[in-house]
Amino acid sequence: MSSVFDEAVDWLTTSAHWHGEEGVPHRLFQHLGYTTLTVAIAAVVALPVGLWIGHTGRLRGLAVLVSGALRALPTLGLLTLVVLWQGIGLTAPIIALVVLAIPPLLAGAYAGLEAIDRRTIDAARAVGMTEWQVLTKVEIPLAAGLIVGGLRSAVLQVVATATIAAYIGLGGLGRYIIDGVAIRDYPQTLSGSLVVVVLALALDAVFAAVQRLAPRA
Amino acid sequence: MLLNRTLAGLGALALTLTLAACGSDDPTDTDSSDNGGSDGSSSATGPIVVGSAAFGESEILAEIYAGALKAKGIDASTKLDIGAREAYIGAIQDGTIQLVPEYTGNLLTYFEPDATATAPDEVESALKDALPDDLEILATAPGEDKDSLNVTSEFSQKNGVTSIGDLAKVKGLKLAANPEFKTRSYGIPGLESVYGVTGVDFVPISDGGGPATLKALLDGDVDVADIYSTTPSITANKLVTLEDPKNLIAAQNVVPLIRDDADSDEISGVLDAVSEKLTTDALLELNTAFAADSKPTAADVAADWLKKNGLA
Repeated sequence: MSSVFDEAVDWLTTSAHWHGEEGVPHRLFQHLGYTTLTVAIAAVVALPVGLWIGHTGRLRGLAVLVSGALRALPTLGLLTLVVLWQGIGLTAPIIALVVLAIPPLLAGAYAGLEAIDRRTIDAARAVGMTEWQVLTKVEIPLAAGLIVGGLRSAVLQVVATATIAAYIGLGGLGRYIIDGVAIRDYPQTLSGSLVVVVLALALDAVFAAVQRLAPRA
Repeated sequence: MLLNRTLAGLGALALTLTLAACGSDDPTDTDSSDNGGSDGSSSATGPIVVGSAAFGESEILAEIYAGALKAKGIDASTKLDIGAREAYIGAIQDGTIQLVPEYTGNLLTYFEPDATATAPDEVESALKDALPDDLEILATAPGEDKDSLNVTSEFSQKNGVTSIGDLAKVKGLKLAANPEFKTRSYGIPGLESVYGVTGVDFVPISDGGGPATLKALLDGDVDVADIYSTTPSITANKLVTLEDPKNLIAAQNVVPLIRDDADSDEISGVLDAVSEKLTTDALLELNTAFAADSKPTAADVAADWLKKNGLA
């Protein structure tokens, strides 16, 4: 009697599972696509707001409150809600995932700016820098480590959660998990999960390296 | 000390369970060899506990069975929401419950995973053969709760589609169902082999014909949706359920599953009269009533139905 792990290894080493529309490379590509699109949209929304909050120190309480509330939303429940409003398609899972990605990005940005020694910023102002120069030449470079940290956390959460896109008929690595459960093909489910885990670890390693390159505040 | 006492307690519990298991196993073995499984009418009928699976329709049916039995002066109670089939079949086999509402097709595949019967009478006779000696089914109800393929009434009129076979003439068909529909015999493979419907663009939506599937159908994102045949949304949205003359989708008639040693002529008489009235329309009506805004309990819905049908 072989364990489900052995069967998953068999599944992963079957070459038919690595070709075509339903093969791992194509699913992986779709999965990265959803992740990239989600994080890009979330970054466009969250980073400017986070930087503004960090720079001015205004509305910080509100940001903490809102991002806390967003974090508390169950993504699958949110997905169902958006589907009932937007129908099936790419929009619904992307909206649900963007909501998931915003809090860490927002927190990374304002916390990164807050962590900078105030004397550094006062010095920048004292040498005659404009506010824009203070932000772009002093604050962002010094906060880069925490900003990338926020990005890292957002990417990890999204890459692990983008499996829900398969719930409403899209592709990505979630297909293996959801289809496997549906027909009790647990080796397939486990294989899909393992690929997600490996992908998440690989991305995390990349971000860890990038974060190490960033200057410390 | 505490550990010793715990171990002793566990030992006693294990012993009790073993004895209980023997107690329920042995008599049924001799029973079935004695009267060849004819019926158990001779054995004294104890109180009947009606179990149910963990979903609304099963709970309503259990309440209906219990209500109908009580109306005839039989001592009956309910033990609802036991869980999945593995759980409540275990409960009926160990005698925790004596009766549970079931569905012929799914019960058959539970005891015989490779079963191929799909027509109602074939499923019923295969099920009778597949059941263990200590369990039996009574007369089946005409009502079924099973996968059904639905289209909107506009789509049906525009394309002249009323039966699954009619789908063969529609090009670029999109169909939404649970993911298993892609590989199961009643799904995409069966559409091709039984009805010659090919080139279907399959959209797996994992909500069991729930709100997301319905939304996709009503929005026109898909043309056909697999929704359980007794779901209120079918009538509420005037969907057309496609006919299945070749029995692609296995029959799922509602049927009382009862312990052989709990059955009597009196009990089967009561339950047969109930089953006779349980049509698919009746199931739809019960589910619709259960889903009403006033949030009635399964017992309320069951009591109303029994009264309306002169069974209580």
